[in-house]
Formats: sequence, structure tokens, C-alpha cells
Amino acid sequence: MRGANLSPRFWVASTMILLLVLAAVFGPMVVATDPNQVIGGLYDRPSGERLALYLGTDNEGQSVLANLVHGLRTSLLVGLLAGAIATLIGLVLGLVAGFQGGWVDDVISAITNIALSIPTIVVIILLGVALGSRSSVALAVIIGVTAWPWLARAVRAQASSIRVREHIEVARLSGARWVSILGWDVLPYLLSYVVMAFVLQCSGAILAEATLSLLGLGPSGSTSIGTMLYWAQVWGSVRVGALWAFLPPTIVLTLISFSLLLLNSAGDELFNPRLRKGRRRGRGTAGAARGRRAPTPTPVAPETPTPGLAASTAVDLPVSPKGASR
Amino acid sequence: MQFARYLLRRTLWLLVTFVAAMVLVFLLIRLVPGNPVDAIVAQMTRGGGGSGEQVRAIYDNYMREFGLDLPLWQQFLVFCQNVLQGDFGTSFAQYPAPVTAMIGQALPWSIAIQLPAIVVGWLVGNVVGAVAAFRGGWFDKGAFLTSIFATSVPYYCLAIILLFVVAVRMQILPAGGGYSFGLSPELTLTFFGDAITYFWLPFWSLVIVFIGGQAVGMRSMAIYELGSDYVNYARGLGIGDNRITRYIFRNAMLPQLSGLALSIGGMIGGALITELVFNYPGLGTLLFTAISSNDYPVIQAIVLLITIAVLLANFLVDVVNGLIDPRIRAAETGDR
Repeated sequence: MRGANLSPRFWVASTMILLLVLAAVFGPMVVATDPNQVIGGLYDRPSGERLALYLGTDNEGQSVLANLVHGLRTSLLVGLLAGAIATLIGLVLGLVAGFQGGWVDDVISAITNIALSIPTIVVIILLGVALGSRSSVALAVIIGVTAWPWLARAVRAQASSIRVREHIEVARLSGARWVSILGWDVLPYLLSYVVMAFVLQCSGAILAEATLSLLGLGPSGSTSIGTMLYWAQVWGSVRVGALWAFLPPTIVLTLISFSLLLLNSAGDELFNPRLRKGRRRGRGTAGAARGRRAPTPTPVAPETPTPGLAASTAVDLPVSPKGASR
Repeated sequence: MQFARYLLRRTLWLLVTFVAAMVLVFLLIRLVPGNPVDAIVAQMTRGGGGSGEQVRAIYDNYMREFGLDLPLWQQFLVFCQNVLQGDFGTSFAQYPAPVTAMIGQALPWSIAIQLPAIVVGWLVGNVVGAVAAFRGGWFDKGAFLTSIFATSVPYYCLAIILLFVVAVRMQILPAGGGYSFGLSPELTLTFFGDAITYFWLPFWSLVIVFIGGQAVGMRSMAIYELGSDYVNYARGLGIGDNRITRYIFRNAMLPQLSGLALSIGGMIGGALITELVFNYPGLGTLLFTAISSNDYPVIQAIVLLITIAVLLANFLVDVVNGLIDPRIRAAETGDR
């Protein structure tokens, strides 16, 4: 019966993501060409001779298609790893701060707020510069350890509102340990939010990787969507009109970002019962009265940053009424 | 007096975050293997330029500038003092050029692109979002999907595509740079007329993405307000739509205004890659060259500039919000 509530938006988003993942997992095997192997000249046009040449060659005479599938794999892995790190840090800090309260909360909140006010891109750039040579894993770690603050703040706000509920008292009286209360009595209430935040974190991390690569701080020694854009940019493929060199990574990056954002907005509708109810019955509002169907699918919670914007411009702070939520 | 206390707390907070940011930048720049001066001197001697004495002089100059012979906490004080005086040292890559002058040349270009783009995008985006929320129906559907797509397109991807279609294929506008070869930046009509043709593409690539983000945000806010109790109550009283719209507008505007201020604060670091794509002579391009030539003083200065602008914007937003919204003041100064 849940299935009845899945919006078309959800299906479109998950189909796109599934296709991207399939391309990243099986693409390298299907293309079966080393992305670093020179198989043609500078910017050879796409030709149907062999699979590796379907998208032509890049500035080094390498197969664009092979680079694209390998790059997609790297980018998705960086996104997953960085997203997981950021979500984990944000979740743990937010849970502990919100649930524990007192001086623990004060300390963690102060750290979070300071981290939140220093632009992420600044820290990422400095860490990237300091590291010299970077593997894609190191890059994911850098992105992950800088992206957690807004999540920690949102989780803290929710956890502290759950802390005063009665079932927590019951759990305490029944002698449950601290960790078990956190895991079994607090976490489930936040889980849907955390899953959606994870989606946003992944999309943000993939974009951050691309931004870093374009600045010349990309992973050394491996191909990602970002490094493809970097080479396309540095070698002026746009200016010489080598469509096949810059268009594929551009489109793939846009698709990743768009589908993850769409999934987030669909998931919000799925997990938020109030929005779901609104979808079926409509609310007693002006909009509904005038025959507007679905109300808002985007998060209206003040803790949620405007996702796409914050991620794509990378330094933008989560736009939230700062003072109000403390 | 409540506001005075609020202001004091916010000012203290600004100072704390500022010091934290300074410590962070200071330490991270020193994470570079070896120290930055050794790195750059090694690079210079590798290039074969300069005799032993010259290198020695340059080395001493940088050691003095960074204060690398002092203990760490004194180095930090020297660093803070220099930053507060607006002295960011000397560039590594373009040796005798002071960093402040290089930044001064690039900064106006960045602001000229970003400020108009943010303001125009904000205005149009808010109107689109509000109209979508009020009108509903097909307009809402279309506008929402377009907006969510526009805001999820990475801004540099849009820039690349615009550059290709408009400048390379159709050849309507120049493909890169800030002004034509042979001209020099000056305040004349000829220069302005020339520079404006280079201005349009990066400008539009930013505006379109920004409109999307603002429209999505404003639409959510307006719909949220439309369903709130005071609107239902006002409807129950039989108050006319126009007046209700005005109430909603005032409430929905508050976070949007904060958002505008924060975007303006973040604008320096907000679109670095756009400048790269269009080869625009702003801070983004400067940062890119600095990174590729390990020009640490320039990197450090740009990064500090981004941070300071964001911190100041945050501070201003907090103060203004405290001025116009008594709830925020109360929450901040009241006991927790």
C-alpha cells in the first residue's frame, strides 16, 4: 500500500540513478579499454568502428567513452564514501549533542556553529593544496570531513525534541543503556531524514569533487568526471568545438545532480506523512481551493539548506534563519 | 537594552569565528610538506633562474615575511597583524608583485559579474516562485520542474554549454577574457562598451542557475505560509485575498532576504569556476593560476577574503534579523 504513494518523480529519479550506477559498474567491463591507453589522435571525431571510439577521443587521444565510464565509477565512489563519512559524523555528533544536552551539547554546538560559518570550499582547497598528491579516496575523506556541520545541526535539533518524549523515560526506567536508547529509541525517529540527507551529501560530494578537479586539485592518477572536465577545460575543447570531449561529462554530471535532487524531493514527500496526506486530500488552502494538487515536495524545514544551490556553489552556507533555530 | 545584549553576543561570536578561521588557515597553509618557503625556493632554483645570492635574498625575504624563524604562536601573531593591516605578502610566482595589488586587480571583475547576477536572479526567482505558489496549476508544475532542474545543473556545466552554443557555434559574443586585446581597463565608454560583450555570457550562466534556486525556495516558503493558521484565520474572518497575500509576502520574505545577504557574502567564492570557463580575469582565474604554480600567499589571501566576506555577511544578517524579529532576540538572550 506504500507503493500507491510513490510519485512519478520518485520513479524517474530512481530509474536515472539505477542507470548511472549500472553504467559505472558494468561500463568499464563492456568498453574494455584502458582509459589511459592512447587509441587515436587529438580530438578524433566519434566513429562507429569500435565501441571505444563511439564518443571519439580526448586531448590525449584516449577513448572518451572509456574515460566516461571509469570516471563515473570514481565520481560515484567518491560521492558515496564522502557522503557516508559526512553523514556518519553529522549523525553521531548531532545525536549525542541533542540527546545528552548540558555541557556536551554546548561544546558540540559551538564546534558545529564555528565549522558552519567557515566556508567549506576554503577548507577543502587548503587541505587539497596541503596534500600535494591526492588519491581519490583521500579526496573523498577531505570532502567528507568538511561537509557534516549542517547535518549535525539539523540532527541535533530533532534529537533534542525527542529527548523529552515519554517513551525515552520508559526506556530509561527499564534500565536500557545510553547507547541502546540512542540507537533504538531516538535514531528511528530521525532515520528518514538522515537517509534523505545522505542523498544530498552524496550529490554535494560529487559536485565538490568536480569543483576541486576543475580548480586543478583533482585526484592524481585516476579519472573522474571532474578531471575529464578539467582536461576539456584546460585544453580548450569548447573553443575548438570538440563537442564529444566536453559534452559527455557535462551531461553526466548534470544528470547525477538532477536525479539525486529529484530523489531527495520525492523521498521527502514519501517520508513526510503530512505532505503525503496533502497529496491525497489537498489542504484547506488557497492553492488547493483553486485546484492545485500536490503541495510542496521540497523540504520546508528551516534546518534544510537549499540543496542544489548550496551544493553547486559550494561555499554558500546552508540558508537557514541562523539565530532562530538555536 | 535587550538588543544591545544581543548585539554584544553576536559581535563576540563574530570575533570567535574570525579567530577560529584565522587559526585554521594559518595551520593548514603550514601543512604543506616542508615549509612553503623551502618549496618555493626549490622551485625557483629548479627553474634555473637566479644566482645563489639572489635566491638567498629571496629566501631571507620570505622567511622574514612569514616569520618562519619564530616560534609558532609568534608566527601566528605576525600573520594576524599582517592580515589585519591588509598585507598579504609577496607573490611567489610573480615575485616582486604584492599579493594585495594582484587581488585588487582581480576583485572588481568578480564583483562586476556576481553582484548583478545575484540581485537579478534573486528578484526574478522570488517573483517566479511566489507566482507559482499562488497561481498553482500548470504554471506551478512547469515552473517548479524547470526551477529544480535549473538549480541542479552545476553552474559551470551551464557555463560550458552556453559558451559553446553562443560564442563558439553562433559566434554572437566573444568566447573568453574580460575585454578585447589591445584595450586596457579604464573608465571610458569605449572600454565599457567592449567589456560588456564579454560580460553577458558569464552573467547569464549565473543568473539562470540562481533564479532556479530562489524560485524553489520562495515557492516552498509561500506554500508553507499559505497553509498556516493565521492564513486560515484571516480567511475565516473574510479578509480579502490581496491583504492576505501581503501578510504572506512579509513573512515569506524574511528568510529570502537573509538568503540574499548570505549569497552576496558568499559571492567571491561562489562562482570561481565560471571565471575559469570564460577565462574571465577575476579571482577564480587568479586562484586557479595560483594553485597550479603553488603560489601559497595568493591562495591564502583569496581563501581569507572568501572567509571574511562570509563571516561579515553572517554577522550582518544576524544583526538585521535581530532588529526586525523580536523572537530571535529573545531566543538568543533569554535563558536556555
